[in-house]
Amino acid sequence: MTNSLGKNPLFRADWVIILLYICLLTFGWISICGASYEMGQTELLSWGTRTGKQLVWIACASFLALFLLLLDDRYFEIIAKVLYWAFILLLFVTPFIAKDIKGSRSWISFGAINLQPAEFAKCATALALAKLCSTYGFDMTQRRDLIRAIGLILLPLVLIVMQRETGSALVFFAFSLMLYREGMPGCFLFTAVAMVFYFVISIRFGTDIMPGTLTSVGESLALLSIWLFTLGMLRVYLPRTGHALRLFLWGAGITGLALLFSHFVVPFDISWVLLGWCVFIVAYLLWHALDTRILRYLYIAIFTLGSTLFLYSTDYALNKVLQPHQQTRIRVLLGVEENNSGAGYNVNQSLIAIGSGGLTGKGFLEGTQTKLKYVPEQDTDFIFCTVGEEEGFVGGTIVLLLFLGLIWRLIYLSERQSTTFGRVYGYCVLSIFFFHVLVNVGMVMGLMPVIGIPLPFFSYGGSSLWGFTLLLFIFLRIDVGNKLRERG
Amino acid sequence: MGSSKQFSNRRFVIGGIVALIIIIYIARLFSLQVMSDKYKISAESNALYKEIIYPSRGQVLDRNGELLVYNEPSYNIMVVMQEQVGVDTAEFCKIIGITPEVYVEKMAEIKAKRNYSRYTPQIFMAQIPAEEFSVIREKLSRFKGFSFEKRSSRRYATPHAAHILGDVGEVNEKEIANDEYYKNGDIIGKLGIERSYEKQLRGQKGMKVLLRDVRGRIKGRFEEGKHDKQAVPGSDITLTIDMKLQALAERLLEGKVGSIVAIEPKTGEVLCMASSPTYDPNLLVGRDRGKNHQALKQNPRKPMLNRAVMGTYPPGSTFKITQTLIGLQEGIITPEMRFPCSRGFNYKGLHVGCHGHAAPIALVPAIATSCNSYFCWNLYRMFDDRTKYKTVQEGMTRWKDHLVAMGYGYKLGIDLPSEARGMIPNADYYDKYLGKKWNGLTVISISIGQGEVTSTPLQIANLGAMVANRGYFYTPHVVKKIQGGALDTLYTKPRRPMIDEKWFTYAVEGMRSAVTGGTCKGANIPGLDVCGKTGTAQNRGQDHSAFMGFAPKDDPRIAVAVYIENGGFGATFAVPIGALIIEQYLNGELSSGSQARANSLQARKISYPLYDK
Repeated sequence: MTNSLGKNPLFRADWVIILLYICLLTFGWISICGASYEMGQTELLSWGTRTGKQLVWIACASFLALFLLLLDDRYFEIIAKVLYWAFILLLFVTPFIAKDIKGSRSWISFGAINLQPAEFAKCATALALAKLCSTYGFDMTQRRDLIRAIGLILLPLVLIVMQRETGSALVFFAFSLMLYREGMPGCFLFTAVAMVFYFVISIRFGTDIMPGTLTSVGESLALLSIWLFTLGMLRVYLPRTGHALRLFLWGAGITGLALLFSHFVVPFDISWVLLGWCVFIVAYLLWHALDTRILRYLYIAIFTLGSTLFLYSTDYALNKVLQPHQQTRIRVLLGVEENNSGAGYNVNQSLIAIGSGGLTGKGFLEGTQTKLKYVPEQDTDFIFCTVGEEEGFVGGTIVLLLFLGLIWRLIYLSERQSTTFGRVYGYCVLSIFFFHVLVNVGMVMGLMPVIGIPLPFFSYGGSSLWGFTLLLFIFLRIDVGNKLRERG
Repeated sequence: MGSSKQFSNRRFVIGGIVALIIIIYIARLFSLQVMSDKYKISAESNALYKEIIYPSRGQVLDRNGELLVYNEPSYNIMVVMQEQVGVDTAEFCKIIGITPEVYVEKMAEIKAKRNYSRYTPQIFMAQIPAEEFSVIREKLSRFKGFSFEKRSSRRYATPHAAHILGDVGEVNEKEIANDEYYKNGDIIGKLGIERSYEKQLRGQKGMKVLLRDVRGRIKGRFEEGKHDKQAVPGSDITLTIDMKLQALAERLLEGKVGSIVAIEPKTGEVLCMASSPTYDPNLLVGRDRGKNHQALKQNPRKPMLNRAVMGTYPPGSTFKITQTLIGLQEGIITPEMRFPCSRGFNYKGLHVGCHGHAAPIALVPAIATSCNSYFCWNLYRMFDDRTKYKTVQEGMTRWKDHLVAMGYGYKLGIDLPSEARGMIPNADYYDKYLGKKWNGLTVISISIGQGEVTSTPLQIANLGAMVANRGYFYTPHVVKKIQGGALDTLYTKPRRPMIDEKWFTYAVEGMRSAVTGGTCKGANIPGLDVCGKTGTAQNRGQDHSAFMGFAPKDDPRIAVAVYIENGGFGATFAVPIGALIIEQYLNGELSSGSQARANSLQARKISYPLYDK
């Protein structure tokens, strides 16, 4: 009796994840009640309201979850490739058959229901990646294999960009977290972070002038960090050579002298000195590369040179390549521009809604900012505002901790998979969840640019809810299969 | 499988990154929600619309209960831009009575406003009087998007007392900055008691807290009206002014520039305060307010100026009463002491002219005939008395202190805005302008109310009240009663000069004999025992004509000051006018002879080349 029950995948599924899933769904539905509530409305559950509809989506999602748990987990591995290419095809044709909704051609109608293939493409790509990584002899540290994996990610990404769904496309960058886990060199991840860092620093402080000089704070800070990052790389990849210390001392000395000269003799632009110093480091490393034939010198030199070129090209890109409204969005986000009526309006209203919640919030259905429609997209992309306003700091923290718990639990489960397929798929799932939380909550709190991607299990809509349920429960089924096989 | 174990430690890096981000977000959440109130306030200003309930402004009555200022409904025409489409503008302009250009201009003004919203009513045209609006009212409904709002505007029942009543107008930026009670578009008192009793008259605004959505539409009450506040209507105010007397005063001043102030000595209540030229307070009401205001401002005779409290003039011989009291108190003169006068004061080559009268002359006849010489001797002996004061400065300081205690040289403190203080020079003043080498002779003209000395007509009337009371006065005030409130204690406590009561007898005797047989004969009304003192003040152009007096002598009920710019001798204009005011107040009416005199005085005009050039 116990044995047959124990073998039923429904009862062996990880209960922690299921509990977190139920908590998040409940919390999400409550937030949608708050966000879509109209003044004087009495019914919450009628079909006509968004609250009622969301309840239907949740019911469907629960059936989907049950259905997935009842499938044989080996199917997933078998259909992964076919599914992937089927979705590539679907994504390819979508722009031609989709209706134009707010400038994006990504929604396909099936009768009364509109679905967004991009939401499900994530899942297909995750399965395909897992499949690829589990092929015999696949090694992420090998350049060829890494490029294959990246290609697999970039293909749907490009297609989704063509549907003008930049937000959904960006989600595919989340997979880099999985690639890192599977052995992609850490310096790739570090370089990506460093680039974002230069970009933010140079624009955020670009117009500030360092006192006593003619130096732009942003530019010189970015150059200083290029110098320090290079030294850090030298220290990590070429320890015991002493280059890092020597270059650090010389650099500090030169910068100090330049500062003194500018302060006491003639004020001038110190970034020229720093730029010269960076160029010198590049030359120094290239010379060592030629001298010692150690390729790492070359790579680090490329990093330094690339960083410097990137720094100066972002300025160009921001002012020449991007559209004016995109430029303002970036400037507003970085706090360079104060714009509460135009580009900054959404974020400002969102901050007001969250900020007015206080410690414990205004209470269920009592939020004035969301109820009176001050926050745009309040039940989809900006749903976290409602949590912040009605449930306050306590509610917001609980939601964030639930997501942290979910992601940590997924890491734990992924690591205990006996197959590469299971582990890679698990990492794909948690990377996607993490990216969504990172960007969505960050955007609502004014820490990230306004990129329209939903908050898992919270944002209103069937597509995203089913997409996330699909992602999560396929993994749970794989985990059950793994458990059953290991313990017999 | 090798690679999987090789990199499995990276799970801690990934788990760490996730935890770090979540911690950063929680910290951000904390700083937004718990550390700062900024967003709470923004949220309120977003969603809560405070609809102001305007209280009715207090009414104003005269001392006999006659209604002077009241409120009348007026109308604002409102427009909701969103709904205002396809309106026949030509037809609309015809009904409202404006040109299409004005229409376009007004629409542009509305759109340029700071809190402009397409969805809420905006003021298209304000303060349309009820009678004008009744024509517009029925037709307004034909125009989509236009509606009206009932407000109230100030109305004045009499064309008199404009300077006391003052006016109301929209608050300016400075007034908003000074008092957060006021918001753009509010009404505030600008002049007169409307300004000085603004707080009592305005009442307290109430408000309804309503919920407003992102488009500015009202969605209901906030928390069932828990935070609503009732408006508190403004208090009615009763003036000390006797409107009949005020009307007579204004009538007598027609065609002249000057002012009349009458005070009830026992209370300090101002019975009338006229300043000429004046204007009809209704000019500053309604839509033409701006235009009329501009015209009044540009009038060379300055009708907006309340000369009774803002005009500073040489007090002339009315000032001799103060000199009498100071001299007696300081022991410089005695009532019996006589001084020579040979057509004036002649000493050490200095000559101050006087007119013919018997000499040497004692105090009471000196007041009656207004002998300049007597008062020059008085001041000279005081300032140069080295047995009593070590220096001339010390003497002068004593002199000044007496005058300040009598209400000269500083604002008296009347409850009207912009009171002038007049000028009583002190020793420092002369030290500065004449060097240290000055003495009683150098400054002798101040003894007869000329030279540097100036005062307001109110201060002169107050002197009359102080003498009438034989040694005290109440700070003059124009408000008798505030509904549900008390007068400022400033107006209920007597103020005493540093003069013993006994010396007032001589001043009173002098003023009485001036009326019975001196310069003020024109003020001798049988049965009223008038006491008075003329003044003829030299200045640029024709002399100013002044009178200061009170009556009846033994139970004074009115003190009056009349000051007519360029009116010549005191006896020419000021004395007969003063007499009529006294008669009107004490008898309640004018005798037929007085009526005729009043008519002839009203008709007499003085030419003012200095104003009208």
